[in-house]
Amino acid sequence: MFDEKVEQVPIRKGFGEGLVQAGEEDPQVVVLCADLTESSQALYFKEKFPNRFVEVGVAEQNLASVASGMAAMGKIPFITSYAMFSPGRNWEQIRTTIAYNNRPVKIAGSHAGISVGPDGGTHQAIEDIAITRVIPRMVVISPCDALEAHKATVAAAKTDTPVYIRLAREKTPVMTTDATPFEIGKAQIFWKSDKPQVGIIATGALLHQALRAAKELQDKINIEVLNLSTIKPLDEKAIIDLAKKAGRIITVEEHQIRGGMGSAVAECLAKHSPVPMRFIGVDDQFGQSGTPEELIEHYGMGKKAIIEAVKDLIK
Amino acid sequence: MDITDEKVIELEEKANQIRLSIIEMLLEAKSGHTAGPLGMADIFTTLFFHTIRHNPKKPDWPERDRLVLSNGHICPVYYSTLAHAGYIPLAELKTLRKFGSRLQGHPHRDFLSILETSSGPLGSGLSQAVGMALADRMDAKEDKRRIYSLLSDGEHDEGQLWEAAMLAGKNKLRNITAVVDRNNIQIDGFTEDIMPLESLSERWKAWNWHVIEIDGHNIREIVDAFEKAKAIYEKPTVIIAHTIPGKGVKEFERDYRWHGKPPNVEEGKMAIAELRTLGGKIKSEHQ
Repeated sequence: MFDEKVEQVPIRKGFGEGLVQAGEEDPQVVVLCADLTESSQALYFKEKFPNRFVEVGVAEQNLASVASGMAAMGKIPFITSYAMFSPGRNWEQIRTTIAYNNRPVKIAGSHAGISVGPDGGTHQAIEDIAITRVIPRMVVISPCDALEAHKATVAAAKTDTPVYIRLAREKTPVMTTDATPFEIGKAQIFWKSDKPQVGIIATGALLHQALRAAKELQDKINIEVLNLSTIKPLDEKAIIDLAKKAGRIITVEEHQIRGGMGSAVAECLAKHSPVPMRFIGVDDQFGQSGTPEELIEHYGMGKKAIIEAVKDLIK
Repeated sequence: MDITDEKVIELEEKANQIRLSIIEMLLEAKSGHTAGPLGMADIFTTLFFHTIRHNPKKPDWPERDRLVLSNGHICPVYYSTLAHAGYIPLAELKTLRKFGSRLQGHPHRDFLSILETSSGPLGSGLSQAVGMALADRMDAKEDKRRIYSLLSDGEHDEGQLWEAAMLAGKNKLRNITAVVDRNNIQIDGFTEDIMPLESLSERWKAWNWHVIEIDGHNIREIVDAFEKAKAIYEKPTVIIAHTIPGKGVKEFERDYRWHGKPPNVEEGKMAIAELRTLGGKIKSEHQ
């Protein structure tokens, strides 16, 4: 996976394929879209199950509450849009008509993170983890690659709770295989080492940057990297174990530092096993246009920034 | 379906009892909304004691008609009607808005599972009704049950309501009957001062809905409108029910200041006396 020619697939594509599988496995699965059918990768489902697809137009608030009504009649609705609009614009409808109402609607937010790129800051959702994990009953998943997104989508359809699935737009290195196990709420060590000095907890596509940093430092500093794809419920055991083993933790996410996955990890460790921490993410700023690589570099979330944080932490 | 004079009188009397319970609940709760619940008593009575297919002994009967209350703040009339229909004990009405009560300040399914939805934040009820109707179409159950959606006029300020109305019109969801409580008030004043809604009927027509306008206190008109709605095959139907906020208690009627406050003890006594004597028509009691 460290090869320059590593296979790269958009995470949202894994979601689109997972949606078809979920639809094949359960006739109650339905999909709703707000004028972004192709872009959100709901197109495959629409082609396969046209009678189980609903187009609501550019109306994300309606999107969420219509899905709630369908769930009340036994459907398992997936609502798809850009993360900035859903769960961004329709947060209160998700909170009240889905979660408060206890309806198992699945919210897929595509184009999450800064690596949306040229579209610019309006379309770069870097607050979505914070606003979804704060809602009671909501499960929050941020897959690291297309294959994990596929599995997360199939798994989400089988739960009886609301789920938020965070999806990136850009092509992302495929780090897992079909055989890699996936279970909601279970974190996995992706880079092992004896007597780790630093534990890196990463979520989403930046996991690849964390793995590259660990590899580059392998002869100097022992690092373990944990893929935390489920942000809620948090795999507290895996996080505490890593903190106890390594004694230092760095969190890596393509999201605002405030309120994101790192905050969730800190909430857990402050209570159970406080250790020094560093947070890689966007530091209280909005995004802008650029290539994904330029933006990851500019906002300090790439391999270089992670290596600096490691060195800073073990000083 | 024609309705007999006896049935009309029976429903009017039931509505009066439901209004009495509303005042009694609000007196006990010491907070809550007065005008809207009193204004919708005749429509709630007609729905639960004549129109909708439901079974208080089997609240989760799958083929029951669905009732989605969007403007959750008028829940005293909903709770009162549910109690008079046998879903909850009448005595429980006095727990409204109290800690641990099933009768939350705004409806919450976690506490009272017979509710079809939790509601309070305005503008989202019709969307849920539309979702229910879309699911029923997918399952070929469109003609097995109807979806009733109760809306306020003030909540037309919310854009989401327009989104839902357009989606229902686009999909010609014939098994939805929406009812707009056109009482012309909202918290800050009269609707036409806060955010003009007229012509309300033209707006609904433009969204491809069949529109029926009625006097929301005339039982016969309410019954007729619900029956006609069932016969409209090519569109969803909205009934714009012109109501008097605070209806039944002269002191409260048409005064927007009664939107969001309960009566005090003295006002409550006066209201109860007025309702019990049917506005002074019955002289023998409570003089």
